[in-house]
Amino acid sequence: MSRLIVGPFNRVEGDLEVTLDCADGVVRAAHVNAPMYRGFEQILQGKLAHDALVLVPRICGICSVSQSVAGARALADLAGVVPPPNGQHAINLMLATENLADHLTHFYAFFMPDFCRPVYAERPWHSEAQRRFLPGHGEQTRVALAARQRAFTLLGTMGGKWPHTQAIEPGGSTRAIDAAERVRLRAKLREWRAFLEQHLFADALERINAIDSLDALWRWYARQPEAGDLRFFLTLARDTGLADLGAGPGRCLSYGTYPQPDGTLALPAGVWQMQPGGAQVLPLQTDCISEDASRSWLESGRAGEPVARHPWNGLTRPAPDKAEAYTWNKAPRWAGQVVETGALARQLVAGQPLLCEVVAQHGCTVLTRVLARALELAQVLPQMERWLQALRPGEAFCIPAPLPEAGQGMGLTEAARGSLGHWVVLQQGRIVNYQIVAPTSWNFSPRNAAGVPGALEQALVGAPVRPGEDTPVAVQHIVRSFDPCMVCTVH
Amino acid sequence: MNMLWLQAGGCGGCSMSLLCADTPDFHAHLRTADIELLWHPSLSLASGAEVLELLQRCADGRQPLDALCIEGSLLRGPNGTGRFHVLAGTGVPMIDWVRRLAARARHVVAVGSCAAWGGVTAAGDNPTDACGLQYEDERPGGLLGAEFRSASGLPVINIAGCPTHPSWVLDTLAALAADELTAADLDTLARPRFYADQLVHHGCTRNEYYEFKASAEKPSDLGCLMEHMGCKGTQVHADCNIRLWNGEGSCTRGGYACIACTEPGFQEPGHAFDQTPKFAGIPIGLPTDMPKAWFIALASLSKSATPKRVRDNAVADHLVQKPAQRRTRIK
Repeated sequence: MSRLIVGPFNRVEGDLEVTLDCADGVVRAAHVNAPMYRGFEQILQGKLAHDALVLVPRICGICSVSQSVAGARALADLAGVVPPPNGQHAINLMLATENLADHLTHFYAFFMPDFCRPVYAERPWHSEAQRRFLPGHGEQTRVALAARQRAFTLLGTMGGKWPHTQAIEPGGSTRAIDAAERVRLRAKLREWRAFLEQHLFADALERINAIDSLDALWRWYARQPEAGDLRFFLTLARDTGLADLGAGPGRCLSYGTYPQPDGTLALPAGVWQMQPGGAQVLPLQTDCISEDASRSWLESGRAGEPVARHPWNGLTRPAPDKAEAYTWNKAPRWAGQVVETGALARQLVAGQPLLCEVVAQHGCTVLTRVLARALELAQVLPQMERWLQALRPGEAFCIPAPLPEAGQGMGLTEAARGSLGHWVVLQQGRIVNYQIVAPTSWNFSPRNAAGVPGALEQALVGAPVRPGEDTPVAVQHIVRSFDPCMVCTVH
Repeated sequence: MNMLWLQAGGCGGCSMSLLCADTPDFHAHLRTADIELLWHPSLSLASGAEVLELLQRCADGRQPLDALCIEGSLLRGPNGTGRFHVLAGTGVPMIDWVRRLAARARHVVAVGSCAAWGGVTAAGDNPTDACGLQYEDERPGGLLGAEFRSASGLPVINIAGCPTHPSWVLDTLAALAADELTAADLDTLARPRFYADQLVHHGCTRNEYYEFKASAEKPSDLGCLMEHMGCKGTQVHADCNIRLWNGEGSCTRGGYACIACTEPGFQEPGHAFDQTPKFAGIPIGLPTDMPKAWFIALASLSKSATPKRVRDNAVADHLVQKPAQRRTRIK
């Protein structure tokens, strides 16, 4: 057995170090370390409740709106208010802008560049991968960065700026959109759609959404295998075996998001799990969520207390000298189980037929994680067009949301990279506990008290390590397939 | 000019903001400004061992380093060890890497308020003992010390903001690359004067409401945000309402107060962020270069002269009163 310590990992948001125990050319065990701690949950203690909305977006520069939405929903829960329809649609548009733009950033700037590595120099597609995705030079990555910049102008108008807008309030959005502005925003959405249809899919979004089986996917592919970046990804995926690389725990969590005025969620909540004889979706029970700091440089609480704590009484106090610890991240579990979260989880919980079929064959792997993000782009952008159209200029975007002096509130949402929850407890108008469980806290969880590895730690087992590799390329594909955000993970 | 960019104890938002630069081709923009990226955490191919090799060469001088950009606060805790942030793969605290690299760099740039002053990471009781490169809030010092000068002779250049505006960063780097940024181009807090000599108030679309002290009372109101909603735009150094954000945005255009994110210590204002602190009903934070008595006199005068249109619109989220239309030619 040999040991590799891999880091600094770039093209993940924040700091990541992975320790790999390897033998016979494969990874036998992995330990994932989030090596930076800032202490937001400590910082928030004693703060006025509403001040959290200045601090929490600043947990993360890439999931900033998601953090705002989770914080605002936790305060809305405390206040017992629901934003008016205009406020809901405006916040959904801002959240979707961030989530979809993050998907673009991930695909073009974070994930695909690894195929430009010299290790693939002999593959027939290598020079084309470089032409498209080589950092700093790749034509498609450059066009995508420009499209991303344009996409975020939606947030300039609706939220003042990105990241770190303060426009998201418990009672709605601070920026009402008038009819003329809606015309401008519609043009921006059309521009975004055009980018996706020309560059990523080389096809209409509606045609992508109609692909409902693996067979249909490969027929769509075969018609024009060279056209668009998604088909090119499928070419690479087939050649490099991404369909079977990096299988997760086979259990996926989505809190659901994009709440609608009729009380439904545009993307549903639930826990998907593989079962003998087929998959099933369980209802999300938030009281089943716990965090365990057994292997974290954090205190576990007093002796005799359960090691796995629900966020309502979660604890975040550094214990930097803890011997058995190897990360600042805690180990979140749902009903005691390891889960994976992200676009793939959302699509499986929603029963997206193509992904359900691919996952039934291959499991939750690098291929399905990347494919799920692309399909979500095609699925959500048309919904954004509908939400924009549903705005009623002249009606309220924000209602008052007076906060109680004491109580507790929960705010759940979906960031690009998965389920994000905030739990806040107030006394005398001040925060006495604020717990954040972020998407990559789930995905990059360490072992818990029972020694069960987290989702990435499981997914890395079996990854091939080529002779002489010190930063194995397969490990990089698997790590980046989760679109990790380390600054959220440990906040 | 080559550039090495490292992320310390921050959120990565200044990098994400940088990628929102108003250009059709970000990388071409850098190249034409003669900025060569040695490594950036989001933008480079190199990972793991390849990066360590580069950092080592920069730290021992084999690789000349023109601009060291640091994003995020420097985490000195626990107990001065820096172990709250160990650079992945190295076992060495980030603060030690930054000290070594800063000693070699021609220019050292603090990207964002965290790297400049400590920022949000230093909020509350500052659990990680976070500070800026050369400041701790408004106090000179920080990680590198008040006397630090990089090889160019300049102090750490503080492109403060939470996040920073992408073109504050790009314009600063372009000026450095062209050897056009001197000590005289920095304000007393070492921020580039091209943006710090403006106030957020300049160009604010709510200025008519400000003139008449027609004030917003709740989130989404159109009125001036200074009297009740905590806005500090008349005191805060930045050109946010002239150099707009993400197309046509700014905080005040987005419907919320300027919280002074380019200023040291903004993370702990000593009052609720969304409420204006007052004494005897009058905001404490008045425009810095205006006699207080005059401000109060003018405010009460303009309040009594407020047109109904301005007064009504100030407390609505859309225009409920339109400007009067006259049939004659406007004189």
